[in-house]
Amino acid sequence: MFQAASAKLAQTLLVLLFVSAASFAFLKLAPGDPVSIMLGSDYSKSSYDQLTHELGLDQPVVFQYGNWLADFVRGDWGTSYITNQNIFELAVLQALPVTLTLAALSLLIALLIGIPAGVLAALYRNSWVDVLATTLAIGGNAFPSFYLGILLIWLFGVDLGWFPVLGFVAPWEDFWQGLWHLTLPAVTLGAWYVGLIARITRSSLLEVLGQPYILAAKARGEPAWRVVWVHGMRNVLMPLVTVIGLQLGGMLRGAVMTEVVFALPGLGMMVTTAVLNREYIVVQAGIMLTGLLFVAVNLAVDQTYQFLDPRIRRR
Amino acid sequence: MSDALNITAIPDSQWKRRFLQPLLRQRSAMVGLAIIAVYIFAAVFAPWLATHDPTAQDLMASLQGPSAAHWLGTDSYGQDLYSRLLYGAQLALIIGFASVALGLVAGVAIGLAAGLMGGRTEWVLMRIVDGLLAFPELILAMAFMAVLGLGTENVVYALALSFVGPFARMTRGDVLQVKNQPYIEAARLMGVSTAAIIWRHVLPNVVSPILVQAGMRVSIAILLESGLSFLGIGVVPPTPDWGLMIAEGRAFITMAPWISGVPGVALAILLVALNLLGDGLRDAFDPTTQKDA
Repeated sequence: MFQAASAKLAQTLLVLLFVSAASFAFLKLAPGDPVSIMLGSDYSKSSYDQLTHELGLDQPVVFQYGNWLADFVRGDWGTSYITNQNIFELAVLQALPVTLTLAALSLLIALLIGIPAGVLAALYRNSWVDVLATTLAIGGNAFPSFYLGILLIWLFGVDLGWFPVLGFVAPWEDFWQGLWHLTLPAVTLGAWYVGLIARITRSSLLEVLGQPYILAAKARGEPAWRVVWVHGMRNVLMPLVTVIGLQLGGMLRGAVMTEVVFALPGLGMMVTTAVLNREYIVVQAGIMLTGLLFVAVNLAVDQTYQFLDPRIRRR
Repeated sequence: MSDALNITAIPDSQWKRRFLQPLLRQRSAMVGLAIIAVYIFAAVFAPWLATHDPTAQDLMASLQGPSAAHWLGTDSYGQDLYSRLLYGAQLALIIGFASVALGLVAGVAIGLAAGLMGGRTEWVLMRIVDGLLAFPELILAMAFMAVLGLGTENVVYALALSFVGPFARMTRGDVLQVKNQPYIEAARLMGVSTAAIIWRHVLPNVVSPILVQAGMRVSIAILLESGLSFLGIGVVPPTPDWGLMIAEGRAFITMAPWISGVPGVALAILLVALNLLGDGLRDAFDPTTQKDA
């Protein structure tokens, strides 16, 4: 097991190296010369050469990459040309927590609705409950989150006035206010996941319910709820975790859209604004950070398997 | 294909029986297909079906609700929403299919090269693919848009580039499975050239799962395309694009909900239809999921 873990770690480090190389390549590919952008419209040849030298842009690309990576690891991500803000602070301390909170809350909502819906659909297979759950699942999964967000703002924000329309209050500063502001965004993003979770729960539960040990549990006279929720659900968790991990790309896609629709200052908003302002250094920070996040979640999903399935642990 | 004694690639008649007939039997997939057919019809005949020039502005007639002159109303520039909807379908389908096709060709080429050549080539190619796959598609597409610049064509390229990774990894996996089958060895022993082996014996056996994947990617491509345009980093105005139309209508949601509603509902229905067909394709191809999924 230790061997497998260290092999996995080496592989992850390699992927991280490629993530960083890809992010660095992005900055090199970005149009425009960073030196002339920083100097503005009027500058002399000597000041140009001096800044080029200071930024290390006269060195070979491999050295530039090494320096950039060293700076990156130390948390020295540069300053925004536009807001003069430290990019590490902007991306990691301000934007990342917003995106993570939104994602966690959406996932929570999706699990709270999706799992019971999937269980009901499996238990009352082919009944109207099943049809309704399946329809909602397909609809929620396909509906474009940015349009759903607009509809929710219109209905619950403007028309009924139950929820604030825009803006963000950090739940770690004012918990209830923050939660209240995040409800509509989390529902918007969660709607996409609900369908997926309901479908996986339904099909894996159906598969499990025919197994002999379920029959054995029933024969022992265990109550129906215990058979489903304890014996059945244990085996639904694996595929569920897999799907949640695999669909992280979809989650981040939805998060970007949701953040822009609801004007939440998260990573998606940061990258979008930076692309529009052609601030490539901020875009790069966003790319690198999402890449890291992606790799980290995949690793975490891998580790959860061992926790959820004793058979893997023993191997 | 798991059958180890499979001597040749799947013949046409068998392909029809194994793949096409299960698909035709699925009601939801057929509903999806019918809806998509309507969209394709609207896209192809947009010039004849449209009542107005999709980019003609008429500020006197802005923010109008549905009427005899403007069947689905007008936006804030007085552009006819019905005509824009039709041309928007054209654009969405073209971008969706073109980007997936480009990504597929590039990805399959990389996957074939990696899977068949092995060794150092495979290592390098697959590490590049790993690097691409380490990012979510939308972030990747946004990064490519930042490098390439805005515009319809660049959206196609950016999306295609972000699809290369999945296709390459999938093709390589399938090639590795097919490569060691007895019929490949038999063909090699018979002196069939490598190009002919790839074309006649490897490709036919990896093509179905890849096409299924491509079918499912089209809906993602259309979602990403409209999403990029919605964010303002995709297609540029006044091109009739659904994402742009939704973004424009956002400001008028209380006064004129139809501005974002027309393209929003059209997009949602198309995506549902594409997903239904995609699920059907997957189930038809993979008999193990046919039972309940």
